[in-house]
Amino acid sequence: MGSKSPCLTGYLPESSGLYLHVPFCRSKCPYCDFYSVTSMKEAREWVHCLKREAECYRGFFQTFDTLYLGGGTPSLLNRAQLSEIFSLLHASFTFVPSPEISLEANPDDITQEKLAVCRELGINRISLGVQSFREGELRFLGRRHTAAGAERALEKIRGAGFDNVSVDLMYGLPGQSMSQWLFSLKRALDFQPEHLSCYELTVEEGTAMGRLKAQNRLKLPDEETGRRFFLTTSRFLEKRGYIHYEISNFARSEALISRHNSKYWKHVDYLGIGPGAHSFFQGKRWWNVRSLQHYRALMSQGKLPLEGEECLTEDQLLLETLYFGFRTKRGINLRLLEGAPHMESCAAELEESGLALRRDGRLIPTRRGFLLAESLPLRMVR
Amino acid sequence: MQRIRNFSIIAHIDHGKSTLADRMIQHVHMVTEREFRDQMLDTMDIERERGITIKSQTISLRFPARDGKEYDLNLIDTPGHVDFSYEVSRALASCEGVLLLVDASQGVQAQTLANLYAAMEQDLVIIPVINKIDLPSADLDMVREQIETELGLDSDDAILCSAKEGIGIGDVFEAIISKIPPPNGNEKGELAALIFDANYDPYRGTIVSCRVFDGAVKPGDVIRFMHNQATYKVEEVGVFRLRREPRKQLATGEVGYIISGVKTVSDTRVGDTITLDNRPAATPLPGFKEAKPVVFSSIYPITSEDYLSLAEALAKFKLNDASLEFQKDSSAALGQGFRCGFLGLLHLEIVQMRLEREYDQSIIMTVPSVQYRFNLEDDSEVVVDNPQYYPDQQKIKTALEPFIRASIIIPERYMGAVMKLCMERRASNPRMSYPTPGRIEVTLDMPLAEVIYDFYDRLKTVTQGYGSFDYEVTEYRVSDLVKLDFLVNGEKVDALSMIVHKERAREWGVHVCDRLRDEIPRHQFKVAIQGAIGGKVISRSTVSAFRKDVTAKCYGGDISRKRKLLEKQKKGKLRMKMVGSVEIPQSAFVSVLRTNEE
Repeated sequence: MGSKSPCLTGYLPESSGLYLHVPFCRSKCPYCDFYSVTSMKEAREWVHCLKREAECYRGFFQTFDTLYLGGGTPSLLNRAQLSEIFSLLHASFTFVPSPEISLEANPDDITQEKLAVCRELGINRISLGVQSFREGELRFLGRRHTAAGAERALEKIRGAGFDNVSVDLMYGLPGQSMSQWLFSLKRALDFQPEHLSCYELTVEEGTAMGRLKAQNRLKLPDEETGRRFFLTTSRFLEKRGYIHYEISNFARSEALISRHNSKYWKHVDYLGIGPGAHSFFQGKRWWNVRSLQHYRALMSQGKLPLEGEECLTEDQLLLETLYFGFRTKRGINLRLLEGAPHMESCAAELEESGLALRRDGRLIPTRRGFLLAESLPLRMVR
Repeated sequence: MQRIRNFSIIAHIDHGKSTLADRMIQHVHMVTEREFRDQMLDTMDIERERGITIKSQTISLRFPARDGKEYDLNLIDTPGHVDFSYEVSRALASCEGVLLLVDASQGVQAQTLANLYAAMEQDLVIIPVINKIDLPSADLDMVREQIETELGLDSDDAILCSAKEGIGIGDVFEAIISKIPPPNGNEKGELAALIFDANYDPYRGTIVSCRVFDGAVKPGDVIRFMHNQATYKVEEVGVFRLRREPRKQLATGEVGYIISGVKTVSDTRVGDTITLDNRPAATPLPGFKEAKPVVFSSIYPITSEDYLSLAEALAKFKLNDASLEFQKDSSAALGQGFRCGFLGLLHLEIVQMRLEREYDQSIIMTVPSVQYRFNLEDDSEVVVDNPQYYPDQQKIKTALEPFIRASIIIPERYMGAVMKLCMERRASNPRMSYPTPGRIEVTLDMPLAEVIYDFYDRLKTVTQGYGSFDYEVTEYRVSDLVKLDFLVNGEKVDALSMIVHKERAREWGVHVCDRLRDEIPRHQFKVAIQGAIGGKVISRSTVSAFRKDVTAKCYGGDISRKRKLLEKQKKGKLRMKMVGSVEIPQSAFVSVLRTNEE
């Protein structure tokens, strides 16, 4: 595995990423399938457990160059909680001199005070969950903030001096028109975010929307509409200088690509702590239980709060590498296709049909290729 | 020999044959409650699912009768569907009598008659048994009258029982002992044993089920199969209890099994006579009809590497089901396979299911066909059961297709629906009779090709299960036939070709194109599906291009789940056949056999 991995990813050894899952939300959004609870009353215990979990992994990963506080709603944490978390992380882990430290935030939680705390602790990237600048859409998505609230939050973030801001938006909502979507997108661009994540609304099983869909009470856009939204968004943002570097992600420059998220797509090691967090280390992947109670129970028994683990086989690693390759501008190392005639001829077909192109020794998906990121790996490995 | 009775139960589907058999087994305490599963004799999954008996099973019951003596009662189970009349005939030939089971509320059905005639042909003693007398809808007077008038039997002899409730089971046993004669045969004569079934056991080889008519057979004997003179040394003989039970010998009149290390599957032919090599019988036992396949279809392995394993599976299958015929076949779309002959469409379905479940084969079957005859310009005649060998249309002088005389018995109220169905299937010359008040027997002439697809299922649907259907192939008639081909992105899929009546061609063309459109997954390009006669396209459909996947997020927590999904899809793709650059799933080949009404 160790010898094959660099060949598959064509990647030089890179520092690891650290993910911390904050499983608290003020309210549940009906589309979201991340694990969270709506009460903060276990926050104290949770921090306590995090400390112990972090200690378990001390020395396991060498250095981290990214830290990502995701959730849930990390912006719900107060000064004391955030400080305690940062000190426990620093107590157990080593970071490179200037790591990328991201925090996911809800516009409602953004205050000058909170932003000051963030800066003090070294958080240098804020990912703001705006989703839409239209009130009706925000209500449909069950967001607790308003459009005006999101605008005020962005102003405050800028005012506090953050120069790496990402805005999350969603498109493909039931009945949404292209101009309605472009309204939100343009509004976001008014704040010149360094990074944008534009997600097509995806209804997952086990969410409130999933139940609506199962009852046939949710009319999602058809495939052709979804395709137009995707292509228009990509063209619109690329024309305005953004790099469409992953299916749902845009950055204003190479340097502003999310360093942390990119690790997921390159099989770079990462450690996830907190309930529901996933980790990857040298071909092995494991994940924590998706329940705060269960997480606490296991920690108090002195066990790692694992729910499952897997050791990737060569085939699985290849399948994932192809999948990531077709989801990102990084593409696939052409050396990977050498000696596999079917994959080589398939790559030629993709080029011919405009789904991918060859550049710098890599097979890079085009905009239309991104749209088929799920089908193309299977076409390659047949 | 005086204390042996060999008998069968014959009945219409659902009249409770398996339940009665189970109850009899329980009655002699062969099965503990824990061992007892409903319908002991129907061991195959498919039989359980469909509630019908396909393969004959045999069981030997030891019964202490009221006269204080113990009797060995050999119950030879028979399959219960028109497709299996051959198997029924073999089983019946091994008996001296039958229980004719009639449902107390439904009365005598078409199939009851067909089975009765089969039993009468063998000169068997027939004991009418009226089952389900506990049902509120039971009409004993009606059933008794039917037994007198339609079956020509003495209804005073009829035994009343409810197999489900266990009522009257003892009477059934006493009737078997008192009315069915013991076997007679020459105990000192040359061995003559009739093979009525054969199974393959992976550890013991071929297990032959037989009825000894004359002589005896024991381990160590060298036996000879009379049709091909093959000889084998007997390893074990025995009788069927719940499991096989070895005996010192099988004597005249007994029913049991022989294990003799038969390795060549084709050596065991059901219907053959076994005799001793050093003291052979002069002539084989009579009374067997040759089963003639009427429906033909090709079986292909999903992946060509599985061809040999399929060949082996078919050979073993044939041992257990003598009525299956097969020979090599090949297709441009599907590679190497086998052309098989079946007794009917149900037989075809069963073979398909059993090959998949019991023999672990992944197979594709082509559209079934009947056997057509063509008189050509040069005055030669060709017989074609495979569309691949359809003669050049220009050279055909006359085409002939097999016709049947269909006999359908239904309650009067379904007459309209049934006639409509029959007329859609090119039926002609309907004749009506009224066997009992409220019921109609319709006899029609129909092309066999029209009933082999789904006729029986459709009939059951339109009559809500009340219709019974039987047929016999009568003659070949001149017909206007064409060969209908299907093309996927311009490439002919030979395995989908079919020979159809000209008037039905368009309907079939549209049907198959629609089915394929529903079954062929979308590709990254448009897939055009066409039905064509010669070069002329008569139907078409399109599978639109697939241009977008779900573009969901993919972060740390999504990766494993996503990959597992891809792995599952990848597995699914292995079950696809490539035609040009189009992937056609196995289900597409099967789906064309289903009708639109479903």
